[in-house]
Amino acid sequence: MSIKVIRPGLNTTFQDRGRSNFYHIGIPFSGAMDTRNFLITNKLVGNDLNDAVLEFALQGPKLKINENNINCVVTGNVDFTVKKNSKIYKGDCYKTFSLNTDDEIDIISTNNSMYGYFAISGGFKLEKKWNSYSTHLKSKLGPNNGNKIIEHDNLQLNRNQKPVNKKEINYVNSKIEFIRVIKGTNFDYFSSKSHKSFLDSQYQVTNLTDRMGMRLEGDKLENIKSENIKSEGLIKGAIQVPPDGKPIIMLSDHGTIGGYPKIAVIISADYDKIVQLPPLSKIKFKMIDIKDAEKIFRLYSMETKNILDQI
Amino acid sequence: MIKNISNLGDAAIYCDFGSEVSKKVNHEVIKYFKTLKNKNIKGITNLAPSYNKLIITFDLEIINYKELIEKIHDLKLDETDWNFSNKKIIPICIDEEFALDIDRVSKKTNLNFKEIYKNILSKELYCYMTGFVAGMPFLGDTNKNIWLKRLETPRVKVPKGSVGITEQFCNIYTYESPGGWNIIGNTPVKIFNKNEEENPVLIKPGDSVQFYEITKKEFNKIKE
Repeated sequence: MSIKVIRPGLNTTFQDRGRSNFYHIGIPFSGAMDTRNFLITNKLVGNDLNDAVLEFALQGPKLKINENNINCVVTGNVDFTVKKNSKIYKGDCYKTFSLNTDDEIDIISTNNSMYGYFAISGGFKLEKKWNSYSTHLKSKLGPNNGNKIIEHDNLQLNRNQKPVNKKEINYVNSKIEFIRVIKGTNFDYFSSKSHKSFLDSQYQVTNLTDRMGMRLEGDKLENIKSENIKSEGLIKGAIQVPPDGKPIIMLSDHGTIGGYPKIAVIISADYDKIVQLPPLSKIKFKMIDIKDAEKIFRLYSMETKNILDQI
Repeated sequence: MIKNISNLGDAAIYCDFGSEVSKKVNHEVIKYFKTLKNKNIKGITNLAPSYNKLIITFDLEIINYKELIEKIHDLKLDETDWNFSNKKIIPICIDEEFALDIDRVSKKTNLNFKEIYKNILSKELYCYMTGFVAGMPFLGDTNKNIWLKRLETPRVKVPKGSVGITEQFCNIYTYESPGGWNIIGNTPVKIFNKNEEENPVLIKPGDSVQFYEITKKEFNKIKE
């Protein structure tokens, strides 16, 4: 009952919804970057919504199946092919398909996005580490001893591969025009000219982006108060501005303590969208107040529920 | 006491205990942190205590910032004898192989090696917080004559176990990682152990740390 890794891809890890309650010793949430796509993935293959999936970034893995009747799915904006009886077919995302011994799946790349997901009915055979299946590379915590999957790994599957119905859903990963933010605790550290730059000009996602954070390029943000604050806790979605004036967005694997002023925080409802922006994407920020952020979150959450109910 | 509570984004609150960094203020932060941890308030997902702040994240499906701020205002601290006297004795090897920045520290502080280490080894340091990477303790305050800034250009790789100083603080790199602290030695002791789920961190906020010098031979022996 296993799947052999022929090519691991750039950054392929097991993730679930994340790991809570360890910020105070330096362990962030981790977990699937794009929560909505993660939930859809598990629902499509009939697994528990918090079951572990394989998350890949940009280039995905190539896998060879050593078992019959494996029901699986790929989600995200992903180009992939399936090899069955020496014939190669183009795969469809958000549509379950079955694989048999010696079949291969080649997840070529995410398309104009960062992350995609692969799951199988019944799930991978893994042990929870600190209450979660999520991999945190930095502290080497999680399944696979906290590492990315590598070539020649044999990914073990659960034995109770229950028969499930084929499922599919028509889901489009929409682009958003603005990333909405709430004022950060150090918003007033920045000049009014910088406030204007932050909200009116475009920022570009640089190559320095990974599961820990996303560095942006654009108008320099000028700190008129103090370039360092006393180191304090960080959260995902917080936008820190180091002395070079270029914003860094903290993402799911962020360091838990930081000493740079926080100009803003991304609203929860836009988190799944921002993490999917690949390098060179353009971002515009829009400031809203917390009441609106909560309202938008309720709508987003309801929408997610509706999508899951349709599956 | 908490001076001010505000929201940080839509899924966290930010408790500010004032601008002062001192043991006294940090004790208050830790009392709130421990009380909240024991209370297990529904919806709270993480607690991040630091020198003089406490950040609390929550699940927006369960609770919102307004409700949580009210709960924090009404919070009664656990009535226990708060113990801030745990002392950890940590070996440090100052062999030149490990003391990567001792020349720089000496130049910047106008002290010779012996004087620098006397300052480190003669003072009990207090652990204000742990984090950034897993288990990294932020210790202080060091004697004023060894205060100096971070490296102008941070190292891409600081070896695991490195002991570094910056401003009035001292820390220990629990993993090999990038960093800009002035490295003056290395400890062979495991400060963070992921296989000890119940008690993974050797030095906790509120503990004190006393370094003692060991030879390279002793270092290698402990490392085994």
